[in-house]
Amino acid sequence: MALINVKDLSLGYDGHEILTGLNFSVEAGNYLCIVGENGSGKSTLMKTMLSLQRPLSGSIAFGDGLKPNEIGYLPQQTAVQKDFPATVWEIVRSGCQARMGRRPFYSKEEKQLVRENMEKMGIMPFARRCYRELSGGQQQRVLLARALCATRKLLLLDEPVSGLDPKVTAEMYQLIESLNRQEGVTIIMISHDIAAAVRYATHILHVGHQVFFGPVEEYVHSPIARRFLDAEGGKQA
Amino acid sequence: MNNLSLYLSLPYVQNALIVAVLIALCSSLLGVTLVLKRFSFIGDGLSHVAFGAMAVASVLRLTNQMLLALPLTVLCAVLLLRTGQNTKIKGDAAVAMISVGALALGYLLLNKSPYRSGNVSADVCSSLFGSTSIMTLKQNEVWLCEGLSVAVVIIFILFYHKIFAVTFDEDFAKAAGTRAEAYNLLIAVVIAVIIVLAMNLVGSLLISALIISPAMSAMRLFRSFKGVTLCSAVLSVTCAVLGIMISIVADTPVGSTIVAADMLVFLICWGLSLAGVKL
Repeated sequence: MALINVKDLSLGYDGHEILTGLNFSVEAGNYLCIVGENGSGKSTLMKTMLSLQRPLSGSIAFGDGLKPNEIGYLPQQTAVQKDFPATVWEIVRSGCQARMGRRPFYSKEEKQLVRENMEKMGIMPFARRCYRELSGGQQQRVLLARALCATRKLLLLDEPVSGLDPKVTAEMYQLIESLNRQEGVTIIMISHDIAAAVRYATHILHVGHQVFFGPVEEYVHSPIARRFLDAEGGKQA
Repeated sequence: MNNLSLYLSLPYVQNALIVAVLIALCSSLLGVTLVLKRFSFIGDGLSHVAFGAMAVASVLRLTNQMLLALPLTVLCAVLLLRTGQNTKIKGDAAVAMISVGALALGYLLLNKSPYRSGNVSADVCSSLFGSTSIMTLKQNEVWLCEGLSVAVVIIFILFYHKIFAVTFDEDFAKAAGTRAEAYNLLIAVVIAVIIVLAMNLVGSLLISALIISPAMSAMRLFRSFKGVTLCSAVLSVTCAVLGIMISIVADTPVGSTIVAADMLVFLICWGLSLAGVKL
């Protein structure tokens, strides 16, 4: 069975539909990029998959023994976080909150897990630094390490490279790619960067007036991708 | 100075100091969360509700006014949190309505009560600015204050990591299965308890300062959440003790002296951070 199976999903706010009749599935080890225009419902879709929001209709089923709270999530940064007094260690540690359950304090194993994930992300040297003093790329790696503490199976990333400079963006993409290829972590990523999406992903979900879901090879030859690639290319140039 | 040591040997002053330390400790703990979660408005609104509730209690001639003020303020905390999160009704407008309404109703009742005291303005002034109420606590009120303060500290320690998680990133916490709404509710209820406690110390108009300024001061200097929390607790307790001492020596109102000390500490911390001090 697929890791995630989405059937006839309709999304929206206050009964107002943004997306309807969405069908797709994600297998373990996939790297799925969700692309589409602003306001097409990408973030809403991700929030619904995280059960932060109810679907208007349809269903999202988790398979392969994946529990809804075993998903690592990298949200877009909020204004509050940019001025938050907390060390890198404190923030990465909070990724273990699902493992912790009702226990009030973190265990030795959890602290070890935090260290491992910080080393993986190369942020161990900043452990005692304040989050708000880090660069944008370093902050994203902190949040990625936190997400990894929550999961070994599936990461949901909401525009992980927005606001980063090209060099840091490339590093971030490589980091995510290595998590996918070497660690076998399934990736679902919202992206505005269609060129990178086509380059790194195995599957594409294009949402908007027209919906496309399929392997990236099929996507690049589809008419919907051409139109989108042209428009995006013009905007980014 | 002789004056001070004489006062400090009096049992009611000792009681006042113990209660003040406990209240100052509690009120500082959730300050950081309040500031960062943009819940300051709830704290401010609730302090007015607490005033209204105290007025009702005094009209009903309850011996322990906190016993009525506590459940009423907690109830309003729950209601305010609901309306604050509801984007359809203007959340902050609802808070303003409830809080100012409670203030008006409280003053109205105090004036029109059949049991009203000869000096309503003095009563109102005492409720709003604290004046000497911390010195005149009865023994059962002292026990109630101590019990509630200890409960607040224990709850804070037990839920410290969850409170951090919900404050830093509510969406992530929810995605990880943490019941963020439940913790928001817990935070609101604890704030309500702290506000009713703090009314005894600084009066309802000055409560926000007691809760928020130690956190703001600590946030200038410390870079970790733990550091900020511990620092604001230390600053808050120090200011409370200092404020009471000064008020005895200089014969100033207790509440405003404590808040003035908090403000002074904030200016010092701000100056230090501008000078590049980071801990």
